[in-house]
Amino acid sequence: MGMLAEIPLLVSVVIFLPIIGMIILLFVPGDSAVRWTSLITTLATLIVSLGLYTGFDAGFAGVQFVNVSGTWLPGFDVKYFVGVDGLNLLLILLTTLLGPVVVLCSWTYITRYVKGYYALLLLLQTGIVGVFASFDLLLFYMFFEVTLIPMYFIIGIWGGENRVYAAIKFVLFTLVGSLLMLVGILYLGYTAGYVVNGGIFTTDWFKLLEYGIPLDEQMWIFTVFALAFAIKVPLFPLHTWLPDAHVQAPTGGSVILAGVLLKMGTYGLVRYCLPFFPNAATEAAMFIAVLAVIGIVYGALVAAGQKDAKKLIAYSSVSHLGFVVLGIFAFTQEAMQGAMIQMVNHGLSTGALFLLIGMLYERRHTRMMEDYGGIAKSVPVLSFFMVLSVLASVGLPGLNGFVGEFMILAGSFASEVVGRPILIAVATSGVIFAAYYLLWFVYRVFFGPIRKEENRSMLDLNLREIALLVPLAILMVWIGLAPKAFLDKSEVASAAILQTVELKREAVAMNPDAEGFVIPHDLSGYLATAK
Amino acid sequence: MTQAVALIILLPLIGSALNGLLGLFVPGWRSQKAAISTVACLAVAGPFLLAGNLFLSFEQTEVVFLYQWVASGDLTIDVAYRIDQLSLLMTLIVTGVGALIHVYSIGYMGGDPGYWRYFSYLNLFIFAMLNLVLSDNLVGLFLGWEGVGLCSYLLIGFWYEDLSKSAAAMKAFIVNRIGDFAFLIGIFILFKELGGLDFDTVLAGTNTLSASTIGWVVLLFFIGATGKSAQIPLFVWLPDAMAGPTPVSALIHAATMVTSGLYLLARLSPLVLAAPEIMLLIAVVGALTAIMAATIAIAQNDIKKVLAYSTVSQLGYMFLAAGCGAFYVSIFHLMTHAFFKACLFLGSGSVIHAMHHVEHELHHRGSGSRVEHGMTAGVNHGDFDAQDIRTMGGLKKYMPSTYWTFLLATLAIAGIPGFAGFFSKDEILFKTFEAGYAGGQTIYYGLWIVGLLTALLTAIYMTRVLVLTFHGKERWPHSDTIRPHESPSSMTLPLWALGVLSVVGGYVGLPAVIGHGEYNWIHHWLGAPYGGPVAEPAMAGHGVPVSIEWMLIALGGLIAIAGVAYGWTRFGRYGLEFDNRIRGALNGAYTVFANKYYWDEFYDKWIVNPVMRLANYGVTAFDERVVDGAANGLATSIQSVAGRLRKIQTGVVQSYAVALVLGVVVVVGLFIWLG
Repeated sequence: MGMLAEIPLLVSVVIFLPIIGMIILLFVPGDSAVRWTSLITTLATLIVSLGLYTGFDAGFAGVQFVNVSGTWLPGFDVKYFVGVDGLNLLLILLTTLLGPVVVLCSWTYITRYVKGYYALLLLLQTGIVGVFASFDLLLFYMFFEVTLIPMYFIIGIWGGENRVYAAIKFVLFTLVGSLLMLVGILYLGYTAGYVVNGGIFTTDWFKLLEYGIPLDEQMWIFTVFALAFAIKVPLFPLHTWLPDAHVQAPTGGSVILAGVLLKMGTYGLVRYCLPFFPNAATEAAMFIAVLAVIGIVYGALVAAGQKDAKKLIAYSSVSHLGFVVLGIFAFTQEAMQGAMIQMVNHGLSTGALFLLIGMLYERRHTRMMEDYGGIAKSVPVLSFFMVLSVLASVGLPGLNGFVGEFMILAGSFASEVVGRPILIAVATSGVIFAAYYLLWFVYRVFFGPIRKEENRSMLDLNLREIALLVPLAILMVWIGLAPKAFLDKSEVASAAILQTVELKREAVAMNPDAEGFVIPHDLSGYLATAK
Repeated sequence: MTQAVALIILLPLIGSALNGLLGLFVPGWRSQKAAISTVACLAVAGPFLLAGNLFLSFEQTEVVFLYQWVASGDLTIDVAYRIDQLSLLMTLIVTGVGALIHVYSIGYMGGDPGYWRYFSYLNLFIFAMLNLVLSDNLVGLFLGWEGVGLCSYLLIGFWYEDLSKSAAAMKAFIVNRIGDFAFLIGIFILFKELGGLDFDTVLAGTNTLSASTIGWVVLLFFIGATGKSAQIPLFVWLPDAMAGPTPVSALIHAATMVTSGLYLLARLSPLVLAAPEIMLLIAVVGALTAIMAATIAIAQNDIKKVLAYSTVSQLGYMFLAAGCGAFYVSIFHLMTHAFFKACLFLGSGSVIHAMHHVEHELHHRGSGSRVEHGMTAGVNHGDFDAQDIRTMGGLKKYMPSTYWTFLLATLAIAGIPGFAGFFSKDEILFKTFEAGYAGGQTIYYGLWIVGLLTALLTAIYMTRVLVLTFHGKERWPHSDTIRPHESPSSMTLPLWALGVLSVVGGYVGLPAVIGHGEYNWIHHWLGAPYGGPVAEPAMAGHGVPVSIEWMLIALGGLIAIAGVAYGWTRFGRYGLEFDNRIRGALNGAYTVFANKYYWDEFYDKWIVNPVMRLANYGVTAFDERVVDGAANGLATSIQSVAGRLRKIQTGVVQSYAVALVLGVVVVVGLFIWLG
């Protein structure tokens, strides 16, 4: 520690290295060279990003590896401001980890317009890491929108038979939310500017943090922010773009979508909705928690009703992310940290599930479960990874999924805000339903006699496929058996967010008629580290 | 100490990972059967010896801390193990019986291509089970609890190419998850109220928690226990679990995993004692499960099914004891049951092994004989069921070791005086009687009578299995020329070990009438009055007089002898024919027994099918038509409006671009308006 944190450009390198790779890519001839360039780029990014992990000071509540520019426009306090703290560290690393994984899984899957595909993939990675690393709201918004375009084309060009419909649906849903959020951002920038920045429009995260927003304004700005993020998560009943996008997207797209793209929504809730609008967030917590819990059970039941394996996993995301949202709005340290680790866990296990279904699809060109059956016999190694990922997803203790689910549920149960026993009991019933639809999936696809001749001769995983699954598998077991090292990264930051929420909430509540005011600086939490 | 405990826990995990990963990724390893079984057996024998050493040198309870698992807010959970009288005894049972069954499996699974996988799962089971009994907190216990459930799933569905076996595995996991759901909520309540989940904190809660909170927690844990330990209403998975290899049935579904619920109650005994209403519920559920399963067992023809229901029934006994506050007695019966039931299951495995040979021979002789003999005997070779006792008979002379050990275990479970089961079962009945006598609640007398009836039924149905399997004449086709033979010594040696334990295992718990309880070692070892962890109710009023206790002991012994004598003579004389007589005598009730009280049909009709219909047609259709329909409908109407606005553009990307431009216009407008 120390040394690395002083490299000011480290975060920016992690963000923009893929773009540099993308530019090189455009001048590289031949599909094979394109693939290798992408692989080397993403691997290099991964290695650089490990510097963030090793150099990270888990005991420090503020932002580290800060890289900040001057303002872009005179009269507007809008900056390039990126950094790392306990809330985004693991998500950035998850993104850089999935980078090479996605490149490798597309190796033989993508055969048309190879260069375009990998270029978009690299652009997408920059966008996602940028979203997580931004400490300026407008910068965040730009990265948020940047992710939309490559994903749109990845689904729309390399997707399945109904790809155009799915791509448009994906874009429209996200756009509806994000445009509304933009209105909120601008309004916030102006009003906050008057109060905390000497009349200058500001989207600096720390400055916005100091701004006590009047109660009535909090509610509507919170609503537009929360709506944009809820669509992204997606929270029931805003989820219907997700199954279509997942089913139509190529494997790589699905992995990124489930692995990290959805987390932009949950991350946004933690980073912006909670500390900016603490009173509104508390007020709305029960309502959102109920939707999250409905999503847990509803997503599971719909998943159980699917015939298409990919759609089943897509709906399982609705269920799993319901846990994350519940944890965020429980306002307890355990649930918050549980939600943070669960975002990573979901990325690992659901990412692996999509990878494996993609591998099956490459072999048999079908996602329908009825076309399989009994293939544990012909592809034992694939089956092993699939069952492991399923068990992680089911929340089996000893694997990663349990850690997050347990912390979220235990923390929510003890929560003063959402801790109604019946509500948490319904959420907990998700563990039964998850076992039901996921084991039934395994039963239908892997067990029994082989019914179709072409499944008998199916090839098991090759070395490339094993290599891209192994890191995910190791992390599933590692986080499951010894989660503390990972949890420690978010401990101080989660506490700081919750403390900030509580102090701001009280400060605003004590001045209900105030026009908007500066939250006193001597408060602890994140505010203490604000410049 | 720390090293020994770490090794006890880790050796089975290492064994499992070694065989599993090597088998999966290095195909050459799969045929190295000697190496595979050596690794697997050492991974269990090692912990047994280490635990034995700890047991012999035990002085006081120690908590061995390995590392911190989670620390967040108030939630601190360590990977830590509690070494005390209860956990050491459980560890010895698990690794001791476990080691014997590993050795047995060498022979039993010798010809199976999944040999490596089998031993990997079996080792993994031991790892999970040791976490269950050794963990110092509820989360670690839960890790073991679900871990053994996973291994049960993997091993029930071991022969995954058979869909019915895979279905049984899935059923086991999901039914157990229903129990686990309740278990989790119980944990959440304790965490909320106490802020800690290690046993010291939890048991200290006995004094601080409100009575209703304790009642809820104990109820929820008990529901969890009905799943894992196969009690009403969640026992339905266990009979189906017989789809797994027979040594698995012996280890997991008889001797160890299914007793987890009893361990849980014993571990939390101070808390359970503070919830008297729930204790009564536990006793009633235990007694009802005991007699219900015993009546089902009488009407089954699959040798493993009889043993499965017998297990459910015996577990019911243990819950009856726990519900009477006699937790140490439930652990006592848990131990003797582990000996004799493992012996019975392994014996049945040996029989099935032999009958598979018969099946194989029949198959070999081809279809020519199928018509003449198969049909006349009423048994088609194609349908030959190696587990059906109706096609067995007379096996005594072919497999003497299997016979004699099966006989010893049968006498033990029947409760013949002097055998292991006699002491533990007698103690349960006595404690139930005592709860009525001293506690003054008449309902316990009723439960005591149910217990006695169950004992009689147990003696009869077990003797029926013994006689129909080993006595009389051979009933399989071509029995004059097809001769089954005794199993290899790797199988018979564990049988003898367990057979001997079925005889001597009970002497660690001699009844109180002998030397005023001085010789009840297990009570002294476990009981709180003697410094152990297992609590006991304060004796209210007066104890049962010695004269009555002697009478109760005599009554228990007589019932067992009568049951065995009845079964021995009736089935000995009439053979299979006697089943028809029972059927005739019991009439409609027999049909109910044979059909397992229609529990599965009930669940299918009222729970499984409605949920599946809800998922497949209700919610899924709702999601497609209503939720997605609303979104698409909105899009269509917007599109039609937009279509009128823009006449020229038709492409989809264009409309996106238009939307973007429009958006920017709106935003810039806002800028200006606000600015």
